[in-house]
Amino acid sequence: MKDMQNADLRVRVGALTLDNPIMPASGTFSEDLADVFDLDVLGAHVLKTIMHGTRAGNPTPRVCDLQSGMLNAIGIPSKGIDYFRDEMLPYWAGFKAPLVVSISAHSYDEFAHLCAEVSLDGVAAIEANISCPNIEANGNAFAMRPDTTHEVVTRLRAKTDLPLWAKLTPNTGEPAEVARAAEAAGADALVVANTVLGMSVDIANRRPRLGNVMGGMSGPAIKPIALRMTYQCANAVDIPVIGCGGISTRDDVLEFLIAGAAAVQIGTATFQSPTAMARLITELESWMQEQGVASLDEIIGSIEAPNAGVFE
Amino acid sequence: MTHLPTVMTVPVPQGLRPRCCEATCRVVSNTPVNGEYRLLTLEAPAEILDCQPGQFFQLLCPAPLGEQPFLRRPMSIYGYDKAAGRLEFLYKVTGAGTRGLATLDRGDAFNVLGPLGQGFSMPDDWQNLMLVARGVGLATLAPLARMAQEKGRKMTAICSARRPELAMSVDLFESYGAEVIVVHDQDGSSTPEALRPLIKARIEAGQVDAFYTCGSSRLLRLLQELGAHHDISGEIAMEQQMACGLGMCQACVRSFRVGDRIIQRRVCREGPVFPISEAM
Ligand SMILES: Cc1cc2nc3c(=O)[nH]c(=O)nc-3n(C[C@H](O)[C@H](O)[C@H](O)COP(=O)(O)OP(=O)(O)OC[C@H]3O[C@@H](n4cnc5c(N)ncnc54)[C@H](O)[C@@H]3O)c2cc1C
Ligand SMILES: Cc1cc2nc3c(=O)[nH]c(=O)nc-3n(C[C@H](O)[C@H](O)[C@H](O)COP(=O)(O)O)c2cc1C
Ligand code: FES
Repeated sequence: MKDMQNADLRVRVGALTLDNPIMPASGTFSEDLADVFDLDVLGAHVLKTIMHGTRAGNPTPRVCDLQSGMLNAIGIPSKGIDYFRDEMLPYWAGFKAPLVVSISAHSYDEFAHLCAEVSLDGVAAIEANISCPNIEANGNAFAMRPDTTHEVVTRLRAKTDLPLWAKLTPNTGEPAEVARAAEAAGADALVVANTVLGMSVDIANRRPRLGNVMGGMSGPAIKPIALRMTYQCANAVDIPVIGCGGISTRDDVLEFLIAGAAAVQIGTATFQSPTAMARLITELESWMQEQGVASLDEIIGSIEAPNAGVFE
Repeated sequence: MTHLPTVMTVPVPQGLRPRCCEATCRVVSNTPVNGEYRLLTLEAPAEILDCQPGQFFQLLCPAPLGEQPFLRRPMSIYGYDKAAGRLEFLYKVTGAGTRGLATLDRGDAFNVLGPLGQGFSMPDDWQNLMLVARGVGLATLAPLARMAQEKGRKMTAICSARRPELAMSVDLFESYGAEVIVVHDQDGSSTPEALRPLIKARIEAGQVDAFYTCGSSRLLRLLQELGAHHDISGEIAMEQQMACGLGMCQACVRSFRVGDRIIQRRVCREGPVFPISEAM
């Protein structure tokens, strides 16, 4: 079966079928990327998290360079729900790639309310960014613990019939339990994961390098953490897991798929190379043709047991 | 082996041309200009050379020994020539990224993204221009001076530096027909107090329709004050830490005063050029 003509890149994420498994990660993508390539080649479009009201976001500096990645403390500058409905939704409706809307809030009520408000025509799925601080739990993110995860996903589930994805945080010590809680509460898929909490200090002036002091680490440096958590979650639940964290090459994509991801999100790699997602799709297709892989079903979750004790 | 220079080929919407491209250029030269600056000259594909003065590129800097710059570094276009396939940057070595740039040698492949952002405007009623820049800010104004010459505008360029020998590109500005005034910190001629009467005299003699500036917040405040008093507008090229350079991440916002409101704008997208009166 070598050198096939057609490789099928389609993947299923619950009720949705995506043309390919490559989609952007929330906060690293906007209509501005249409200046670089045709956004309709993507498996889906995932927008920057929106919150209900208008918000300014964090003080600058909002990003900082690391050896093999970056820190960000952008916050969630948001133009609010009205701007989303009146300005953004009509723009994204012009594409055939399914639109995934990321939402967040600091309390259960606010979150549930926003979920109902964004359940609009033209939205293919809702991604709940439950990795942001919950004011009702001392500022801990909802996704830090199974009980708060269960509560927030239950409240969101009650407000929408759209596919609901829960985006988890790698900062939890109980990834499998949190994943199961989200599944039990009715999530249709998990996105694994958000950024790893970090910090950096400029020794010249002894100041934190981020205006917000702490921020989220992303890029190749966090790939092993995100891959490990994707594997743990994929083993813990029956719903699809979307891998995210440090993916920048074709082989990174394949690692996540083999570990059990049904699709992947690409974030920081787009900052280094804005053409990255478009190239990954082509490279994945050529790889499948070279390897005689007809469908990604053959790859997803195909991880083998370690070859213990044998050095090949 | 790939043939350089080249642009990354990606699917583009039918009938559309991408506004900016990721391209691999070939280094023609990378030479010290004086103690602090270096001039990087690239052989670049035509697709990225429809530039406007004031726009910038995001450079993927090579890793210098022991350091690994990760994000791209924003750099103003110092010179561009589509017919000759040339693109130039003038940079100051300050940290890991620019130290990496300094390691580039003739013949090396080098990845750039651009052109990015909104450049300077030059409406017809801006006939007499005053360019005021400090340090590496002069690099940003160099292509503007060339455009002004092409449009037949009159120019005065005030070049500010710490020491007279660090004043950049004096000959270049003169070759574009500008009257160049070098001011520096050593004799105190670069302070706002020293510059105010000099600029004011020219305004009163009707020699200034517009200001362009880059590189100093003290100069910005001076021009804002003089501009407000004498009703002279102008533009400033601003800097901010960036990640994507395309408008996606919101890292590069700065505050601007528009009427009685303070608003946030992205330096990489709405800028880097802004009205002097709105900058903060
Ligand atoms: C639109 C624009 C145009 C510019 N044009 C020029 C130019 O023509 N010539 C020139 O020498 N410099 C220019 N700069 C500044 C240049 O980007 C920085 O000097 C450079 O990024 C420093 O990187 P580094 O790794 O050497 O230094 P480091 O200090 O190690 O950089 C650490 C981080 O801070 C960021 N950073 C540091 N200084 C600046 C700065 N002034 N502005 C924005 N980000 C910064 C870097 O990009 C990097 O992410 C420009 C900046 C902007 C925003
Ligand atoms: C600048 C920036 C902004 C981000 N904003 C959001 C956001 O608004 N919502 C969210 O769920 N994740 C956000 N993220 C996290 C990414 O979606 C992604 O989970 C993370 O960066 C890890 O993937 P990566 O290593 O491929 O970037 C942001 C990341 C970055 C770098
Ligand atoms: S640098 Fe990303 S929005 Fe400006």
